[in-house]
Amino acid sequence: MDPLHLSQHISRGFNAEIEEIRRGVLAMGGVVEAQLGAALRAMIEGIAPAAAEVAERERRINAAEVTLDEQCTSILARRHPTASDLRLVLTVMKMINDLERIGDEVKRVARKVDRIASGEDRADAELAELADLARRMLHDALDAFARLDEPLALETMRSDARIDAVWKRLQAAVVERMQREPERIPADLDRLWCARSFERIGDRCKNLCEFVLYLIRGEDVRHSGLARTPD
Amino acid sequence: MAGPDHAIDTVVAGVPVAARARRLNLWYGPSHVLKGVDCDLPERRITAVVGASGCGKTSFLRCLNRLNDEIEGARVEGEVRIGSVDAYAPGTAVHALRRRVGMVFQRPLPFPQSIVDNVTYGLRVAGVRNRRERMDRVEAALRLAGLWDEVADRLGRSALELSLGQQQRLVLARAIAVEPEMLLLDEPTSALDPAATLRLEERLQELSGRFTLVLVTHNMQQASRMSDFTAFMHDGRIVEFGPTGTVFVNPRDRRTEYFITGRDG
Repeated sequence: MDPLHLSQHISRGFNAEIEEIRRGVLAMGGVVEAQLGAALRAMIEGIAPAAAEVAERERRINAAEVTLDEQCTSILARRHPTASDLRLVLTVMKMINDLERIGDEVKRVARKVDRIASGEDRADAELAELADLARRMLHDALDAFARLDEPLALETMRSDARIDAVWKRLQAAVVERMQREPERIPADLDRLWCARSFERIGDRCKNLCEFVLYLIRGEDVRHSGLARTPD
Repeated sequence: MAGPDHAIDTVVAGVPVAARARRLNLWYGPSHVLKGVDCDLPERRITAVVGASGCGKTSFLRCLNRLNDEIEGARVEGEVRIGSVDAYAPGTAVHALRRRVGMVFQRPLPFPQSIVDNVTYGLRVAGVRNRRERMDRVEAALRLAGLWDEVADRLGRSALELSLGQQQRLVLARAIAVEPEMLLLDEPTSALDPAATLRLEERLQELSGRFTLVLVTHNMQQASRMSDFTAFMHDGRIVEFGPTGTVFVNPRDRRTEYFITGRDG
């Protein structure tokens, strides 16, 4: 789908470069999604992700960030993009930064999940809900970018409010339990850190949607309250 | 004066208008070249006029100082005002109009005379008799055009000895010497090398503090880096007009977007 006609330049070389960075971001997002999926399975099923797989996906995420930065810089220097082309390059440069940070948060979760998955405890329902919301947000944000889907970007942006609400509930519940059952504090602390990571992933996904809206509308919606109020 | 017939953005609020066109139509014989152009040109700003070959941008420029009068079969309808003066009113002094609205062309066209005589030509035609005054204005014009330091010691030498970039700045000085209100520039750097282009662009940007500049260019990078406002023309009409930053980041019209991004169709 190409509602902005991003691949209709007279220059086929430019078309190819634009398509390359579009695909590159989606591929990078796919690896981050896989990383998150593996961490969630570990939490819910008690199956630790293989360390080698985690390390390999992280290497690919970091490599994609560097490569895409170089490709975007090259387009800026050589092609002097304007209008939607310029907005796409800027959007890609910002998205890869947030995707890399999401990857870092998932890595933190994977480390803690490893301890939880060692048999001492299992994630409770609210942590699982938080994790699932974060996973769906990431998936939908990438979908919104792929299809330049404005309604999906808006809806996904607003779902960050649900993540924030679950995070607050979980925090309150865990703090209350730590007071009642101090022997659970180490595991509960790990649970809190994981939850915090999912909440941060939600924030990063909201950023992704804001950039998608900038690409589509040509309007900077950051700090505009769009995430809270209907359009 | 009545407002535009269709929704063309006028200049940013608070910026005075130096010149305006309303329902401007131009024919070269049977060929309808300008089809109802409405435009407000902001005072002491650079407005770039861009569009595909044949869209009417040079023809529009030439309407502003009635240079199209020189073309047999050219016919104009509609209104052009330079300040409060109706350029096409019967009895308009065309020579006086062309002093107020100077023009620089794509190829530098210095007279085959000395450097100083090139610049004083307009002053002599305008009746500036005092030699001292003429020489003061020659120096001022050459300084504004960024050429004084390069030619101060050889004002009596032929203008044709200068490089193309210098000749173009000399032509600019010639236009500036008669203290115009507006300068029309028809692809003024397309014959120049990159360094000469940048030098002329720097001069023009400084001059926009004194004069209203209207620049026709095929170079999108030049339009985007130099101009304050951009007008996109298509098939004899101005399709979009706005601050250059807006036009080049988020153009309103699909045709503008296609043109400035080099898309097909």
